[in-house]
Amino acid sequence: MQKINPVKTEVRPTQKQNVLSEVSRLKGEGYRLAQMCSTKVEGGYEMTYTFGKGYDLLHLRFTVAPGDRVESISHIFPSAFFYENEIHDLFGVPIEFMTIDYHGGLYRTAEKYPFQ
Amino acid sequence: MSTRSVVPFGPHHPVLPEPIHLDLVLEDEKVVEAIPSIGFVHRGLEKLVEKKDFNEMVYVAERVCGICSFMHGMSYCSAVEHIMNVEIPPRAKYLRTVWCELSRLHSHLLWLGLLADGFGFESLFMQSWRLREKILDMSEASTGGRLISSVNKVGGELKDVDNAMLRSFVETLNRMEPEIREMAKTFLNDSAVRSRLEGVGVLSKEKAHSLGAVGPFLRASGVPFDVRTTGYLAYGDIDFEPVTSDAGDCYARTAVRINEIFQSINVIRQVVAKIPEGEVAVPVKGFPKGETMMRVEQPRGEALYYVKANGTKFLDRFRIRTPTFANIPPMLEMLKGSQLADVPMMILTIDPCISCTER
Repeated sequence: MQKINPVKTEVRPTQKQNVLSEVSRLKGEGYRLAQMCSTKVEGGYEMTYTFGKGYDLLHLRFTVAPGDRVESISHIFPSAFFYENEIHDLFGVPIEFMTIDYHGGLYRTAEKYPFQ
Repeated sequence: MSTRSVVPFGPHHPVLPEPIHLDLVLEDEKVVEAIPSIGFVHRGLEKLVEKKDFNEMVYVAERVCGICSFMHGMSYCSAVEHIMNVEIPPRAKYLRTVWCELSRLHSHLLWLGLLADGFGFESLFMQSWRLREKILDMSEASTGGRLISSVNKVGGELKDVDNAMLRSFVETLNRMEPEIREMAKTFLNDSAVRSRLEGVGVLSKEKAHSLGAVGPFLRASGVPFDVRTTGYLAYGDIDFEPVTSDAGDCYARTAVRINEIFQSINVIRQVVAKIPEGEVAVPVKGFPKGETMMRVEQPRGEALYYVKANGTKFLDRFRIRTPTFANIPPMLEMLKGSQLADVPMMILTIDPCISCTER
């Protein structure tokens, strides 16, 4: 019989100003970035940054108001720039200090960003 | 003194079946940086949750990609079922496992053909795709569709497959296995093929893990990460180990996928031997409310499906983190320091699926 790897999932609420320190701590604990996404909610956007360690997932969750600037985590997790540019292009959430900033040009579509 | 130049790669290139663009910064012939652009065929499928109800979204999910169509539809249904606390019947779980592994088989055989075409070995390309046709015949016989199967619904499967047909699939796979082994010898032993793949595009275990690589791209760098080992569907009842290699080069990625073909055949044999009788769907009432993140091991690696529902027939959010999206940042790292002539092979060996990425 196959040995089954158990999975733990946790949603950890945080505040926008604490994201960098939380993400740095997760990096130190051996997590890797699994995904980043944004969801439109009443009064802004709900941001979900997902980190994986083994088969466990941890979702860092915070909300931003329209126009609120979010600091990039791409200098902590280099792969984050791709997700952050996507969030910027699709939802218009301004993300600062990305290691590669496409300025709305990640998606080469005729439709102007953000797509929201 | 070296000369620095920027060479555009794509969006249309002989090795790319779908459009992606890379700006390759070169010092003479050496790549020092690669910057990707996507969005040439962006479809905005995730946004369709505003117009399609949660049942209609099954058909949208299935059309994210032709190769992973079954898995996209199945994973979306699994996510909604999880939110609604719906437990599908055991037979449905086993059938989903068979179709998942058929998807892996035809995806890997497709990729082997593209790889062979990429290094100009046309007869090997034709052999790979000839064998793939037999897998597509099985998909057609069991679902009615060769690529877009449309056999999933929230609550189970739209149709059953009788046991005689499942056994005939195993017999076909038994006959195919020696042919695939014969073909694999050329991929793994031919000196011309090895010269294009060995030592090319090396990604270390540490870089692959830290940059978020998934699937055969990650496992070929020595990380035994395979979401199927978490035991979803019928995988908890099946004996298998993640296929890995330590070399981390293009050859290792080819070897991992070839060995995963034999692994998938073995998984199907076990599933068909153990499949229980019974219903393949349960009735589902009401609308989903809540959120979940479902993960499955697609042919190209782990995919994440985020679904957020508000208790109405329309979802708040459906988001797919596809394997190729996760594999692009580590691919950029892999390209650094490579020779321009090796770039097409290196990009091919992550098995990029732009259709998935451009959901």
